[in-house]
Amino acid sequence: MGGILASMLDGLLVGAVYGLAAMGLSLIWGVMDVINLTHGSMIALGMFFLYLMYSVIHTNVYVLLIPIIIGGMVLGVIVYWMAVHWVVGRSQLMSLLSTFAVNMMVIGIGTAIWSTSPYNVDFSLPGITVGPYTFTGNHIAAAIAAVVIALGLELFLYRTRFGKAIRAVSDNRDAAELMGISSTGVLTLAFAIGIALAIASGALVSTLFPFTILSGAVYQLKSFVVTVLAGLGKPLGALIAGLLLGLLEGVVTPFIAVSWVPLIEFGLFVVVLIFFPRGIFVRANA
Amino acid sequence: MILRRPVLYLTLITAALFIYLPLRTNDVSLREDLILIAISIILASNLNLMIGYTGYVNFGHIVFYGLGGYVGLYLTTVRHWNLYTAALAAGIAVSIFALVLGLGILRLRGAYFALATIGILQAVQSFVANFDPFGRSTGMYLSFENYAPLGGAMSALWKTYYLLIGVMALSMILSLGVKISKFGLGLFAIREDEDAAVVLGVNTTTAKAIVYSLSAFLPAIAGTLMFYKNGMIDPSIAFEFIASLEGIVMLMLGGKGTVVGAALGGGMYEKLRSYLLTSPRLSNFHLVIAGGLLLLVILFAPGGLIGWLYSLVPRSRKVIE
Amino acid sequence: MSVLLEAKGVTKRFGGLLAVSDVSFTLNEGEILGLIGPNGAGKTTLFNIINGVYGNDGGTFTFAGKDITNWPPNKLVHAGLARTFQVVKPLNEMTVLDNATVGACFGKDYESLNAARQTALKVLEQVHMAEKANVLAKHLTIAFKKRLEVARALAAKPKLLLLDEVLAGLNPTEVAKMLELIRAVRDSGVSIIMIEHLMHAVMNVSDRVMVLNFGIKIAEGKPDEVVQDPAVIEAYLGSADIADKLRES
Repeated sequence: MGGILASMLDGLLVGAVYGLAAMGLSLIWGVMDVINLTHGSMIALGMFFLYLMYSVIHTNVYVLLIPIIIGGMVLGVIVYWMAVHWVVGRSQLMSLLSTFAVNMMVIGIGTAIWSTSPYNVDFSLPGITVGPYTFTGNHIAAAIAAVVIALGLELFLYRTRFGKAIRAVSDNRDAAELMGISSTGVLTLAFAIGIALAIASGALVSTLFPFTILSGAVYQLKSFVVTVLAGLGKPLGALIAGLLLGLLEGVVTPFIAVSWVPLIEFGLFVVVLIFFPRGIFVRANA
Repeated sequence: MILRRPVLYLTLITAALFIYLPLRTNDVSLREDLILIAISIILASNLNLMIGYTGYVNFGHIVFYGLGGYVGLYLTTVRHWNLYTAALAAGIAVSIFALVLGLGILRLRGAYFALATIGILQAVQSFVANFDPFGRSTGMYLSFENYAPLGGAMSALWKTYYLLIGVMALSMILSLGVKISKFGLGLFAIREDEDAAVVLGVNTTTAKAIVYSLSAFLPAIAGTLMFYKNGMIDPSIAFEFIASLEGIVMLMLGGKGTVVGAALGGGMYEKLRSYLLTSPRLSNFHLVIAGGLLLLVILFAPGGLIGWLYSLVPRSRKVIE
Repeated sequence: MSVLLEAKGVTKRFGGLLAVSDVSFTLNEGEILGLIGPNGAGKTTLFNIINGVYGNDGGTFTFAGKDITNWPPNKLVHAGLARTFQVVKPLNEMTVLDNATVGACFGKDYESLNAARQTALKVLEQVHMAEKANVLAKHLTIAFKKRLEVARALAAKPKLLLLDEVLAGLNPTEVAKMLELIRAVRDSGVSIIMIEHLMHAVMNVSDRVMVLNFGIKIAEGKPDEVVQDPAVIEAYLGSADIADKLRES
């Protein structure tokens, strides 16, 4: 019993990171109706960004998050102007395919540079031990970092002018433009933030588990599950849904082989989409 | 009707050439080249039914090919069925699976369906990797005696080749047949405006499930034949995500929604890919180039090569379809 | 005159909002029923319910004697019900002829491809668009797109046609032509319910008119009578003078 409880708690911690990962996806999807299929590769890039920075600057990895987030935003701007700007407003499928194409390119370049060997970020914080169970320091720190970033995003969206602009554009792009908001600027910003969040979550994941350039795919699936659970464009909702998913994994993994987890999550994804098209926090027929 | 369409004859001539050329010169490496092109054409043509005609992107299309391979190899190695019935049975089994699955997930619209298909690929792969009768993660192997019913390994290689060319021709003919049928018209309506299609009387859920199932049939048969020829199958080579991606690139490159486009894209991309994979410097960039091509097509020529041809020579629409 | 469509107590909620509340009306065979009311009154919602796009939260529909409550859209089309959309939905990358053929293929008679093409051609002639048969729908002007919308619905050989603001965005000449077409359609045996804001047009062409406001039916009757109804004047027309002008024209 204690084992399951410990597993659930640990799941909650990791779930916070899932929530952070999903927030980026959810924001972009909610603001510009673009399903960002570069999400997985961006998460993977985040893992490698931290790895690279850490091998050069041997300091507390959580401090390195700041330049990584900034770098993520720059990358987001690049990707937006490469593949997204031209297809916003065209059918959703076009943006699916264009972001998918970029994803292929990033994975291709990543594989060329780093191959598919596993990498590791060799940094650990001391954990907390309660009875026979230890909660690794990295898990705790990652959860805290995720929550802090999530709160930061929430503050940004609801307490700053830029955030307001983003919410306006996602609500009604034409009306926002009539109000003098440059929707292109806002879309670029929103996309950049979305990518930065993915990169940040990848960086955090790299402190938790070994990773390869292909590891992003697993977290992309989790992000999709979390996003459809929470409903689009709701950052705090994504955090909560991420915690739920982590909790669910914590309950399930002591009993089932790890390879079944993606299957279960996929099943959950489809079920939620069919029966709760707006997320579980909203009634389906509202 | 179909007999009046030039593309039908184009297909038959191409198939005839594919059979005649390696046979006449007894050139095995040419045959191997052409077989890869044929597989690409089969995958792209059937994917076209979903992406080009219905407007639904299937990211996990390769799952039918892999599953077909597994079912077929299981039937031939474990149950000792002969290749021909095993291949047909695999086709039927996988398309029934697709029909049932389709009735479920095709309730999801456009982009959500596309996401679900990625998951299906991963889900089937995980399942097969844990499934005893299919050899779990080791997969299945053929020994030489498995080729005896076809007259030995050498003869088997040629026979599977002919069968695959036949499947290739059938894929293109199926594509053409659907395009000029009432069923196809309904699919186009779904692609253009699904809400309008519903209100015009098209039974969209059924139509989508049927085309999804149809798009599984021939790739499954091709899977059986190809993995039989190669002598082995395991979860990583049966369900290569990259192969799915490449199918999409091929189709978009050649021109989605057209029979010739799928074939052209399949052929051209296959040539490009074999060049990339054998070039020492570029082999790592194969994925980058594929992605880059797809991006360029989406941004500048969403109709692909044939679409570009249509805009240059509008009359070609009637002939090259 | 026999009743073609009868609605009893139709209700529709969206969360807390009562979009349509206990609406009952009848449509007789061969008549044109105008459906008017301010924006947000629930007119298009009512169409969506009749058409099967939305489910019903209460009430029933009877069409040609059959209970069609909560039937899905494709079943309704086969029963003889067709509609157009307020914001036109052309099948853009398909030709005008193909657009109309879809209507005939999946309409009441579920025709084979060749028969449907013939029907489509006839319908296109009926709406005076036959010369545009091979033009891609996306290349049409808005007036022709609206006409195509009607043609597509007609190709389904409906008994009842629901027209949703088919005159919006048309200039006076185009309006006159469309009204001519609507009368011709009715004369060929199709009953029509039309949502319209163009009061002059609706009054001229409708046999009877029904008025919705905030989801409730506030009037139903001949155009002359409805236009004088004080509730209608207050909710929609604005003043009795306007009512008089409409009666005169």
